Amino acid sequence: MRNRTAWLWLCALAGLLLAAQQSDVIIKLSKGERAVIALPDLRGAGEAQRFMDAFNQTVWSDIESSGLFKMAPKSFYPLEVPQRPEDFRPPLAAPSARRGAPQPPRRQGPWLTDWSAPPVSANYLALGYAAVQAEQFVLRGWLFNVAQNDVTNAQVFGKLYLGPLDEAGARKTAHEFAADILQQFGGASLAGTRIYFVSERAERGVKEIWSMDHDGSNPKAVSSYRSLSTTPAASPDGTKIAFTSYVGGNPAILIHSRETGRRLRFYSPASSMVATPEFTPDGQKILFSYTIESWAQIAMANLDGSELRRISHVRAIEVEPKVNPKTGAEIVFVSGRAGPQQIFRMNLDGTDVRRLTPGEGQASNPAWHPDGQHIAFAWTRGFAPGNFNIFVMDAATQSFVQLTHGAGRNENPSWAPDGRHLAFSSNRGGSTQIWTMLADGTQLRQLTTEGRNTMPVWAK
Amino acid sequence: MSKRNISVALLAVSLFLVAAGCKKKAPPPPPPPPPKPEVKEVPPPPKAPSISFLVEPSAIERGQSARLRWDVSDATDIAVSPGIGTVAARGSREVYPSDTTTYTLRAKGPGGSTSQSATVRVTAPPPPPPPPPPLKRSFGDVLASEVQDAYFDYDKGDIREDARATLSRNSDALKRILQEFPNAVVVMEGHCDERGSAEYNLGLGDRRAHAAQDFLVQLGVAGDRLAPRSFGKDRPQCTESNEDCWQKNRRVHFVAQ
Repeated sequence: MRNRTAWLWLCALAGLLLAAQQSDVIIKLSKGERAVIALPDLRGAGEAQRFMDAFNQTVWSDIESSGLFKMAPKSFYPLEVPQRPEDFRPPLAAPSARRGAPQPPRRQGPWLTDWSAPPVSANYLALGYAAVQAEQFVLRGWLFNVAQNDVTNAQVFGKLYLGPLDEAGARKTAHEFAADILQQFGGASLAGTRIYFVSERAERGVKEIWSMDHDGSNPKAVSSYRSLSTTPAASPDGTKIAFTSYVGGNPAILIHSRETGRRLRFYSPASSMVATPEFTPDGQKILFSYTIESWAQIAMANLDGSELRRISHVRAIEVEPKVNPKTGAEIVFVSGRAGPQQIFRMNLDGTDVRRLTPGEGQASNPAWHPDGQHIAFAWTRGFAPGNFNIFVMDAATQSFVQLTHGAGRNENPSWAPDGRHLAFSSNRGGSTQIWTMLADGTQLRQLTTEGRNTMPVWAK
Repeated sequence: MSKRNISVALLAVSLFLVAAGCKKKAPPPPPPPPPKPEVKEVPPPPKAPSISFLVEPSAIERGQSARLRWDVSDATDIAVSPGIGTVAARGSREVYPSDTTTYTLRAKGPGGSTSQSATVRVTAPPPPPPPPPPLKRSFGDVLASEVQDAYFDYDKGDIREDARATLSRNSDALKRILQEFPNAVVVMEGHCDERGSAEYNLGLGDRRAHAAQDFLVQLGVAGDRLAPRSFGKDRPQCTESNEDCWQKNRRVHFVAQ
């Protein structure tokens, strides 16, 4: 009976998860309805055992930080852990020897119910083992849906992973195994993604563009103009970054290739300010704001600045254009055309301008979710001017959810490629630093500590 | 006869013999040598004076001194010129020549007169720098003292009452200053307080700078000599979170390009 309920629930869940429309993904996250996964420590044969601590740590961390699963605590796991599908032994039904009470089935070995029943109560089990073969670290890994009745139906996938016979090789296979597990549920691993940000550390008043890994490791400077460089943006394929820089005296847009590290030519329009660049989803064009007749206006051009086309025509300040990543046909942006700064949308040709935020306080930093339906942004709703919190809004209904709470500045939210995490800047610790969190506001992590760090951009 | 009597007798005989003695015909006694000619003892001629005369150091800078040293023998009359006169046979003297001078010591004595010279080279110290030209202030200094900041309301780029007055005064000053510095350009920095987002404030700072530029142009200041430049909220002149500081930051500020 229980198995059936669980199975039905899982179907519904899988359906929901696998559906492309993730409009309720935020709500689901905040209600905590997630599948439970058991991740027992895998063991290694011979030489491979030395690296299994690093391996198991990496898999656990990647799966847990995805936010896709509830982790079944290791203390509940059974002692007999299967290492391969063959290890599973269904219990033998006892022969009905005599009239009277039916005998309980006789246990033959590890079975699916060891994991699906309490206390583990898992829906999924990752199992496998490592070994050495031809001087390589070899991992055989499987994902099982332990609510199934038999082993053949239960196996979701089984795969072989190879790496060099050292700790780095073990971690590599761990990342790959975890990524494959997450992919089954529409999630993407964060490993390998990078976050660009603005850092003021060496010299007061000098701001450079920096980058770091998704967990804050390997921070390094990307620009070294010893000037003010700010508002970074990354191209969708991750090969270019654009930003605003005062190296030429007035704020102007620079584009750098991430592959060669060199500056790419961008002919700015003749204007006192050309700033807040953003790439189109196809990576072929760039949107930005530049001052025409005293007012900052949204415009678009080729990556070298040619074919400049002005989009907004209004005597108001308009900045931060962001193109819908799914449709490529509409922009959200920040405008003062109705008073204090608010978030608006319009078509790429400037038509159909509509205000998205209700109008109270100040709103800024709109950031499209990869689904093209949700927008994260910063808003002073409920607080004095200058005190921003992170919100997520449904672009169609304009309903919103508040993710951070409290006085202070929480700004510039940026979605991770997995669509489940947000990076943002916050001064909650005393100085402004880059933080990440799950889209439901949990799993807050501080990534930077040195200097003052703002404007994170999460890229591939 | 006694012995004595014999000796006397002998003596007398010898004497007699000697006296009468060679009463032979003796050659004439040689003549005495002729008297030496009268050579008067001429004293050796007196020695000429000998001089040791030097100056130390031999090169000085004007204002410094040098020391003359001499040691003269066989002289009675010793003088050093220029400027020193008669001196004793051995001595030294400190001198302060203002130019290269050759000192000569003349020594006169029975043996004659001699002289010796020593030269002091006097170099002139380097000349002082020419007096500084009358102080001309830099363009930046002039702007800082004569062109005032214009202030704005929160989230606004409008020129308000007090800014109108400031900018009017500025236009008079600027017209004069831009004439005095014919090639200079004034950067009009637009600034904001910390509260809005950094991106929006970039636009707002530029709006303020342009609004102020338009106002000045209307009053006759050359627009191409004015360059708006927004710093958003990135270059605050104070960082406290109160209205006092926020107002100080909501401004257009004039600097040299």
